[in-house]
Amino acid sequence: MDFNSLPAILTPDLGLLFWMLLAFLVVFVVLAKFGFPAIINMVEERKAYIDESLRKAHEANEKLAHIQSESEQLLRDAREQSAQIVKDAAAARDQMVAKAEETAREQSARIIAEAKAQIESEKQAALQEIRGEVARLSVSVAEKVLRRELSNDAAQMEYVDKLLDEVSSNTK
Amino acid sequence: MNRFKYILLVFALLLPLGTFAEGQEVEAQEERGINIPELVMEHLADSYEWHFFSYEGEHYSLPLPVIIRSERTGEWFFQMGVMHHHEVSLPEGFFLNEEAHGKIYEQMPDGTAVRPIDLSLTKSACQIWIVVLLMMGVFLTTARWYKQHDEKSDAPSGFVGVMEMLTMMIHDDVIKANVGEHAYKRFSKYLLTVFYFIFFTNLVGLIPFSGNVTGNINVTFLLAICTMVAINLFGNKHYWQEVLLPKPLYIWPLLVVVEVIGVITKPFALMVRLFANMMAGHAILLSFTCIILLGATMGVGMATGLGLFSGIMLLFMYTVETLVAFIQAYVFTLLSAVFIGLAQREEHEE
Repeated sequence: MDFNSLPAILTPDLGLLFWMLLAFLVVFVVLAKFGFPAIINMVEERKAYIDESLRKAHEANEKLAHIQSESEQLLRDAREQSAQIVKDAAAARDQMVAKAEETAREQSARIIAEAKAQIESEKQAALQEIRGEVARLSVSVAEKVLRRELSNDAAQMEYVDKLLDEVSSNTK
Repeated sequence: MNRFKYILLVFALLLPLGTFAEGQEVEAQEERGINIPELVMEHLADSYEWHFFSYEGEHYSLPLPVIIRSERTGEWFFQMGVMHHHEVSLPEGFFLNEEAHGKIYEQMPDGTAVRPIDLSLTKSACQIWIVVLLMMGVFLTTARWYKQHDEKSDAPSGFVGVMEMLTMMIHDDVIKANVGEHAYKRFSKYLLTVFYFIFFTNLVGLIPFSGNVTGNINVTFLLAICTMVAINLFGNKHYWQEVLLPKPLYIWPLLVVVEVIGVITKPFALMVRLFANMMAGHAILLSFTCIILLGATMGVGMATGLGLFSGIMLLFMYTVETLVAFIQAYVFTLLSAVFIGLAQREEHEE
């Protein structure tokens, strides 16, 4: 084939082919070793790093949400507990107050009863005393009235006493 | 935004420079009349010198090393300053064959002219090395940033950020999406190198005074061969079954031919697509530049009209070509990834 009838740029040229092959091989080897891997690896590492960061951010978010709910739960529990404590305290107080009232009531009742008993006994003693006094007075009055008629003191006394008993039981 | 304006300004300022460079060339040829197709083809072609401009008959170019091996003696020659417009200073027996695009040929004793082994660092080869150095500079600087930071630091901004964004866009949306999750790691570095190589070469090719590299079939041929190797060398069992034993069996002879041709047409399409697009872009830019110069020979009215029209079209085409520089790199990488992905597909994935 006669290439010389073709334009110059269509003519095969061994020299140019040789230089082209050499230059292309050189640039290919150099760039494939030092040029492109640096860029591609870095971009891929960066991509992995960004993905990782995103994943971590998601995790942190989830954790945060978890912590938030947990703290809310904690707060709620604490509030409930404090309410419970307050309620318990109120109940205890009411109970104590009731108990104290009860005791006081009992005590006062007892005191009143005692007082009543004492009053009664004192009243009895007083009555006894009064009765004795009255009897003596009556006896002395009667004695004075009936001195002459009554010889036997003792028998008279007994009799008067009996009368007085009757009287007092009537007045009661 | 300010920086963007600045870049645009630089482009706008460089643009007339490029036109000026072509203009000088044309003036030198004016006596012969302007042959636009020839001029365009000449500028698209590779050469043994880096020609900047010609002024008043003087040609200003950067001499490039010529490395040739004599077919007669097997001897290697290293020669600087072989220039098209100058007195040719080639070793004995070699000459620039005007019949064969000005390539170096060797005169054999029997009178025939043969092409010797020619490993000259031509303009295109030189530009490829500039692109390689540029790429290494860009990516080793970028990689240094990554060495100084770890994954916990902020994402990069500025230049490193742009490189990261672009790289990851190609890596994720083109390579990973098309080759497939399970196999993409093996090919990602190759495909990224291909993308950036084409992208940088296209961009460097748009700078005035630079040459047309991705619009040269040799360059796209090699890239396509690399992709073909990547497709077929690493193709899995299922892929080869599909190529060599396509079902249904009763039309196997027909299908196997289609499939085997497909193995070659896939990289061939890649090669031609990139070549044609970039070559056409350069050809259009050069043609509009030539129209300005053509107008200049037709009087003031035509010169102003054509100049204005071509200037606007040049600006527009330059913008489009910058976009095309990216798109073609993207498309080449995308299709390579798709073809590799087809060869990596497992049976159950259909």
